[in-house]
Amino acid sequence: MLIRPKQGILDPQGVAVERALPALGFSGVENVHVGRLVELDVDDPAQLQPMCEKLLANPLVEDYEIELLDGSG
Amino acid sequence: MRFGVLQFPGSCDEVDALHAARRVGDAELIWHGERDLRGADAIIVPGGFSYGDYLRAGAIARFAPAMESVIDFAREGGLVLGICNGFQVLCEARLLPGALLPNVNLRFTSRQVELEVLYSGGSFTAACALGERLSIPAKHAWGRYYAEPRTLEAMDRSGQLLLRYAPGENFNGSVNDIAGVCNERGNVFGLMPHPEHAVDELVGGSADGLKIFESMRLAVEGARA
Repeated sequence: MLIRPKQGILDPQGVAVERALPALGFSGVENVHVGRLVELDVDDPAQLQPMCEKLLANPLVEDYEIELLDGSG
Repeated sequence: MRFGVLQFPGSCDEVDALHAARRVGDAELIWHGERDLRGADAIIVPGGFSYGDYLRAGAIARFAPAMESVIDFAREGGLVLGICNGFQVLCEARLLPGALLPNVNLRFTSRQVELEVLYSGGSFTAACALGERLSIPAKHAWGRYYAEPRTLEAMDRSGQLLLRYAPGENFNGSVNDIAGVCNERGNVFGLMPHPEHAVDELVGGSADGLKIFESMRLAVEGARA
């Protein structure tokens, strides 16, 4: 599950990274957002969305994406 | 009246909350694994770092057995005060609108802040005057209050914005300088600054925090009378 700050909500971590990159010589970087990645093994992938809604993300302030990597585990 | 003060693994302000509550009534601790609120008239969800603040501050504490009882208690109209981490827990539990995000400066910040009382009355600020300033310590890394503009308008209309940071005092970047909010019914209140640390002028910088606890006492005893 990829969890990231919602568009339009200030993401100070992203801003800090965006400011740090030019200092290291990386130019042309914009719109940096820092989220988090939750990896897990689960028997029933249908549980992933309710997991995100109830615990792993706060839907008021975060968006999430679910990616199934390998159905056989 | 009797306060129940929750204690999670990682709470650190429950003893000060007990001390503050005992200035106006009786108080006892309730361990997070207990479901019995033992007849408390009001519940305090204290500050600290419940469950290590893993995932998001307050996200895991919200599922503690004691919190399930607190959610029922709040739905029945019981008074619930959430301070700092307790405010985060109440937002995660959806007892209060909005969410707390990392401070805009990304730093844990500990300082005295000046607050303005936006509403004098109800169960949490009746002992304060409208527009009065309260000097209360704040210490947190995740204190930036956020709610959607539509939610904020509704909260403003129904008098749920109780405290705001005075000009120049909003160090965490909270939307509209909001420092403390209540639910629509007015029985659940959360704030990031720590009234329980400001009950004694010698060590708290002021005793202004007592007014929050005194307001709760007035509400409980007024309801009984």
